[in-house]
Amino acid sequence: MQHSKDDNSLPALVRRLCGQDVAACYQCGKCTAGCPMAAQMDQPPHRVMRLVQADDADAQLTLLSSPAIWSCAGCLTCTQRCPKGLDPAAVMDALREMSFQRGLVSKAQRRVLAFHRSFLATIRAHGRMGEFGLVRRYKLASLDFFSDLLVAPAMLKRGKLPLLPHRIRGRDEIRRIFQRTAQRTQEASHE
Amino acid sequence: MSELGYYPGCSLSGGGIELDLSVRALAERAGLGLREIEDWNCCGASVAHAVNHELAVALPYRTLALAAGQGFDEVLAPCAACFSRLKGTAVRLGRDPALVARMADVTGRQYSRPVRVLNVIEFVDRLLSNYDLAAKLGHPLAGLKVAPYYGCLLSRGEGIVADDPEQPSAMVRAIHAAGAEPVEWNFATECCGAGFSLSKTEAVIGLGDAILSAAAEAGAEAILTGCPMCHSNLDMRQQTINAAGRGPHRMPVLYLTELLGLAAGLAPETLGLNRHFTDATGIRAGRS
Repeated sequence: MQHSKDDNSLPALVRRLCGQDVAACYQCGKCTAGCPMAAQMDQPPHRVMRLVQADDADAQLTLLSSPAIWSCAGCLTCTQRCPKGLDPAAVMDALREMSFQRGLVSKAQRRVLAFHRSFLATIRAHGRMGEFGLVRRYKLASLDFFSDLLVAPAMLKRGKLPLLPHRIRGRDEIRRIFQRTAQRTQEASHE
Repeated sequence: MSELGYYPGCSLSGGGIELDLSVRALAERAGLGLREIEDWNCCGASVAHAVNHELAVALPYRTLALAAGQGFDEVLAPCAACFSRLKGTAVRLGRDPALVARMADVTGRQYSRPVRVLNVIEFVDRLLSNYDLAAKLGHPLAGLKVAPYYGCLLSRGEGIVADDPEQPSAMVRAIHAAGAEPVEWNFATECCGAGFSLSKTEAVIGLGDAILSAAAEAGAEAILTGCPMCHSNLDMRQQTINAAGRGPHRMPVLYLTELLGLAAGLAPETLGLNRHFTDATGIRAGRS
């Protein structure tokens, strides 16, 4: 299928973001059969592929606000096994990117969103991830204060929780990378 | 002495510190120098690719450009996630000159020559083939039954992992060299839940429980991994899994480099075995 640059259908946007032509999917369900997270998903992977193909307004909203896309672990089992050589994991990434950029992330997935935001804020500030800063940010963003209270002291004892972040010298380069790529993803993710 | 570029990645100074300790100790024992890439940055891990496809390439690109500029032909990335992101980016850059140009513009850095990225299994293979490791291996682990656990990112990824994605065998040679015995099991390439440890703990408990149970049923005395996320989900989370009423499991989870280090006579503390959540300090020759 050909998509022009002005084609803002969901299949065209997915194709621009990750190069995948979802029209090739013939719904065999092999992606779902091997997916370790399918049991957690409201729309399992083969249904996600079908909804991208359907491309009506309802399907778009269902997909971009679905909890399912945020349950993909990125393990690539689907991609490895697709008999059409498609990359459903990359389609999941493209849908998450659109969902994130358009502010449509499912409320049920606020912990995943909080984790992603905390992770990005940590590397944007320091250039590297440090568990202490990441968990501190995550707790504040998710309001999930009570889980794993005993893990931090146990990690500290084992030398697994350095309290101070490693800050790289090229932090201004990292900020520039975040700024430049933010422009591009905004352009690519919106109709 | 030749030198290999070293990209420890963020986890290896925190939750995955045993992988860093055992990689460095094993390299030294075998006579291979590791030199850290100066000023490397986070690869974006399981997060960047989920929210921004350009950021997911730009972050590894900067590190690859630094490695190239600092004269490295090859870089070791022991963490499976870092390896997958760095090598995936290197492969795409090799195929797509327009991407190289765009990333040079985004990052302000030139990727002056191709850099090859090695994972921890390839690193151990290299030490066995080209360096002095094989001669230093004794038999303190003779007959120890281990479950080779590749997980996702050391078994899958087109152009990234060379092994058979459904029936990988890359760890087997190292296991035999260490005098241990690989068990046959069905969970070698199953996913542990990866980056969902904090945000979807319930899912990680279910997946981890299945993997730990399968290893025990296959007769394994330890699980062998090359990934800090797998290690955290199976070792640290093992007590969460047991507290949730599963198991109870008491399955040591070792990095491949810890196993080889023990076989090479290195002290458990040197390798970081005393830092595990599930006791692994008693690992020695098999029961049978």
